[in-house]
Amino acid sequence: MAPQPTPLYFDNNATTRVAPEVLEEMLPLLTDLYGNPSSMHRFGGQVGRLLARARERVAAGLGCSPEEIVFTSCGTESDNTALHSAVTANPGKKHLVTTRVEHPAVLNVAQHLEKRGYDVTWLGVDSQGLLDLDELRRALRDDTALVSVMFANNETGTIYPMADIAALCKERGVLLHTDAVQAVGKVPMDLATLGVDYLALSGHKLHAPKGVGALYVRRGAPLRPFMLGGHQERGRRAGTENMASIVALGKAVELATAHIADENTRVRALRDRLERGLLESIPDARRNGHADQRLPNTTNISFKYVEGEAILLLMDELGICASSGSACTSGSLEPSHVLRALGVPFTFAHGSIRFSLSRYNTEAEVDTVLREMPGIIARLRAMSPFREGADAPDGGACACSCATPGGGTH
Amino acid sequence: MWDYTDKVKEHFLNPRNAGAMENPDAVGEVGSLACGDALKLFLRINDQGVIENATFQTFGCASAIASSSALTEILKGKTVAEAEALTNKDIAEYLGGLPKEKMHCSVMGEEALAAALKNWRGEAAPEAHAEGELVCRCFGVTDVTIRRAIEENGLRTVEEITNYTKAGGGCGDCVPRLEEILAEVLGQAPAQAPAPKPLTNLQRMQKVMQVIDEVVAPSLRKDGGDIELVDVDGTDVSVSLRGACSSCPSSQLTLTDFVQKTLREQVDPAIRVKGV
Repeated sequence: MAPQPTPLYFDNNATTRVAPEVLEEMLPLLTDLYGNPSSMHRFGGQVGRLLARARERVAAGLGCSPEEIVFTSCGTESDNTALHSAVTANPGKKHLVTTRVEHPAVLNVAQHLEKRGYDVTWLGVDSQGLLDLDELRRALRDDTALVSVMFANNETGTIYPMADIAALCKERGVLLHTDAVQAVGKVPMDLATLGVDYLALSGHKLHAPKGVGALYVRRGAPLRPFMLGGHQERGRRAGTENMASIVALGKAVELATAHIADENTRVRALRDRLERGLLESIPDARRNGHADQRLPNTTNISFKYVEGEAILLLMDELGICASSGSACTSGSLEPSHVLRALGVPFTFAHGSIRFSLSRYNTEAEVDTVLREMPGIIARLRAMSPFREGADAPDGGACACSCATPGGGTH
Repeated sequence: MWDYTDKVKEHFLNPRNAGAMENPDAVGEVGSLACGDALKLFLRINDQGVIENATFQTFGCASAIASSSALTEILKGKTVAEAEALTNKDIAEYLGGLPKEKMHCSVMGEEALAAALKNWRGEAAPEAHAEGELVCRCFGVTDVTIRRAIEENGLRTVEEITNYTKAGGGCGDCVPRLEEILAEVLGQAPAQAPAPKPLTNLQRMQKVMQVIDEVVAPSLRKDGGDIELVDVDGTDVSVSLRGACSSCPSSQLTLTDFVQKTLREQVDPAIRVKGV
């Protein structure tokens, strides 16, 4: 396949480009500095020092101590390790609390545990994607092994009040994990005061390469390793360290911390302009998720009467990259579990498009999207049998509401 | 990203015959906004019963639009009799194939055509689900559609039925019914026949090995243990626990509660497991 011209990349919640500064720091680890950080000789020892520095950088970005950081292969491994640790360390506790809008890295682990006899409370969200903290409080039990709530949602960007959730968990002595893969680098973190026991992050969501992640484990919180083998990561994660990527992650977290103000001002303004422009220029469009309690880079918009995959492919023709929660993009037949949990009508959910920006997006790129999108939607709507006031007579026929996690499949 | 053929992409980007037709001789409409795809087919049919023109309006993904475009191209110039003989396979073949998860787009074309021809003959447009038994409530799919898809496409599994008709792709409640229909059409007893044939020793041995390898061992490995199958003698299964499991005080519990229970559930209720 011929390489495509530089894309207009609005899919940063899927993955991000590697920052040039990050690449520069990781390259020597792929060439000259190939030593094993565990080795006794100086050649390996210099790599060991880079490992320690990467750990310090990640810890500094999160506001925790370096000993609380375990490097992993990805966000999914971090999430799995956290859930596995909490349940394995508390064999008598057979209850978990999580949400219906988690990423599959948590959702599928919880469903797996449910099949293995765990009782899982699936917290719902309101139409803006927000949790009911009273519902969470009522869900906590003496045999609750873990609460796992994502820091921010990957599809809508909705941010959850982690400090309040942590306070509730602390009150009841329940462990708390948060999947912060979408939040780290976009929301300031101070784990010293936040009160979570575990936090998962992923390198490739913040301009490091794919294949590296980290798990924060609060000092004193139980950790039961997945990977058994050597003594790496102080016995908490076996396997020779992915040094180039770990160094990259350290640099990426440092850069993200330095750019966090920019992310919350300039990038947020770009996102807001994109969102406002699309909603103003395209009729029958709506935003999914909360307006303010949200990541600065994410907007999720539904266009009625057209289908997401078709929109994405027409955007792709123009080099514009984004994502959709429509059923057809994933090969499943129902729209995303997140949009369904929000109660987004199916008539809108099928036409949802997520734009997720990064610090590399420009005004000019937003201008291009704003210029092209109305035509794309109009072109597909011209082909659609539906339009305003002419919904299908059986427009409500897809009545399936039971396919949410934990529901209907017991 | 879907691996669409060039022809699918081309028909999606430059759809033929898109748009409503004024005063059509026949209209066929299937699908809905809520279900994620819908197709409205318009036909102009002359006195000799020849389809002079066909146009469409489609709400759906790229392959739904391409399938509609292909259908209208195929139909032009065909007689009604020829059109009646068309199936979803003709649409998929015209496009050089569709990803298996997208075959339902071609089936939607076949259904819209059937509805349009019905309309042309002056038969009442089929009420939603009026024809046959409503099997999948999520996507409004009847047994008539499902049986036809099985027969015309040689479907063999429930997953294939879902790919072709969407039935079973929502809450999954109708999957047992789909299995029954599949068995009926294929002329077999349903999968869960009341009295399963007893396993031969060889079959039992193979199934025990498979369940240990695929279910039991991976699960024990997660807790740092492992298991080795030592012998299968009739319904007596001898295993040896390894790794963390061998020294685990609850190893007897693991044997009976987990290994034996799993084998009883998945292979044969008569199985007895002992550690060696």
